[in-house]
Amino acid sequence: MMSGAMLFRRTLVLLLAALALPALAQEAPDAMVKRVSGEVLQVVRSDPKVQAGDQQRIREVVETKLLPHFDFERMTALAMGRNWAKASPEQKTQLVDQFRTLLVRTYSGALTQYRDQVMEYKPMRADAAATDVTVRTEVIRPGQAPVQIDYGMAKTPAGWKAYDVIVGGVSLVTNYRDEFNEQIKSGGVDGLIKTLVDKNKAPVTK
Amino acid sequence: MKNTRAIAAVAFALLLSGCASAPGRVDDPFEPWNRAMYAIHKPLDDNVAKPIAQAYVDYVPRLFRMGVSNVLNNIDDLFSGINGLLQGKLEKAGNDFGRVTLNTGMGFGGLFDLASEMGIPRGNEDFGQTFGYWGIPQGPYLFIPLWGPTTVRDGTGSIIRIWYGPLGYLPYVPLRNSLYGLAAVDLRANALGTTSLVDQASLDPYTFIRRAYLQRREYEVYDGKPPPEKDDE
Repeated sequence: MMSGAMLFRRTLVLLLAALALPALAQEAPDAMVKRVSGEVLQVVRSDPKVQAGDQQRIREVVETKLLPHFDFERMTALAMGRNWAKASPEQKTQLVDQFRTLLVRTYSGALTQYRDQVMEYKPMRADAAATDVTVRTEVIRPGQAPVQIDYGMAKTPAGWKAYDVIVGGVSLVTNYRDEFNEQIKSGGVDGLIKTLVDKNKAPVTK
Repeated sequence: MKNTRAIAAVAFALLLSGCASAPGRVDDPFEPWNRAMYAIHKPLDDNVAKPIAQAYVDYVPRLFRMGVSNVLNNIDDLFSGINGLLQGKLEKAGNDFGRVTLNTGMGFGGLFDLASEMGIPRGNEDFGQTFGYWGIPQGPYLFIPLWGPTTVRDGTGSIIRIWYGPLGYLPYVPLRNSLYGLAAVDLRANALGTTSLVDQASLDPYTFIRRAYLQRREYEVYDGKPPPEKDDE
């Protein structure tokens, strides 16, 4: 049973969240990257479940904090390249879904490694009217070489969304384009979907 | 004698990169051979190299491991400085030689990386990048068991690097080989996170590693500003 006061409070919170959304949609892409990665790092450092390696909790953090800021359909289309046009609408839905799962699993597995890192944000030189920008960040890890992490971001009706992540010069989308191409060459679009499904069913590689 | 052999190896490798015909993928004409090499590499790495590197991380104190990495980085910085000069990048070369002087002189032969503490960045140049800067094409992609991905150009650079590395001048062979071993373990240990990520992220690790390696090298040759890629797959 939910008391009236509690119900009221929840409604209020939801209402406030809804009011805050348009404001976030106006947020500049570099400010957004800074805020979101700051929030994720904060959780990684302070949440005991995340620190203990609780995969379910980590997945939850990634789903709620990170996923809303990625355009997975665009990512999948870019990784598919020319083959995107060959896929049926059902295949496209499945591809986006499976690719998202693969990336979430990969990222969740790696997240706990990044406890001690410090992010640095480089000033972005972009036109105020630009709709496609690269946000550059640098990850400093004690005793190791810094790693550049850049985000390819595009303006959408729902605010800025990332469609590529470039780690130390390695673009995720470009890397997967080769992989997808190869799978499609040998087994068609359905072959690629099957490979993705199988990969996502297998236990996460430590 | 040593010089002649090194030059012969370089000449051969460059020749190979120049005249390789490409039956399949342009950047990986020897794919079937390379895949066979990867098939040899993977179990060796999983069952031998990786466990050793993991044990090194688990049982050897962090301070010792950092010292090892620092000493090896210090040697790399020296070569990075030389390659900076070869590419006419004087600021980078200055940083690298400054780093080596500082870390060798005041950081106990490179055990401590004072230069990084002081914010002097590493140049991260090598012979492969110098060749690339000079306009020499990367040549065919190669996968070498227990070494990993390379290209004819980068592999040639690595041969030169190892050939002239200070360890080669150590007259006492068992010590020299032990130090080579330690350097190898250090390298593998530093890549533990990356390889587990590749295993999780990739549909076909061979393809994944190849594209990641080639992208990374392109990025390094162009100092982080590679020309936009041609999207013509």
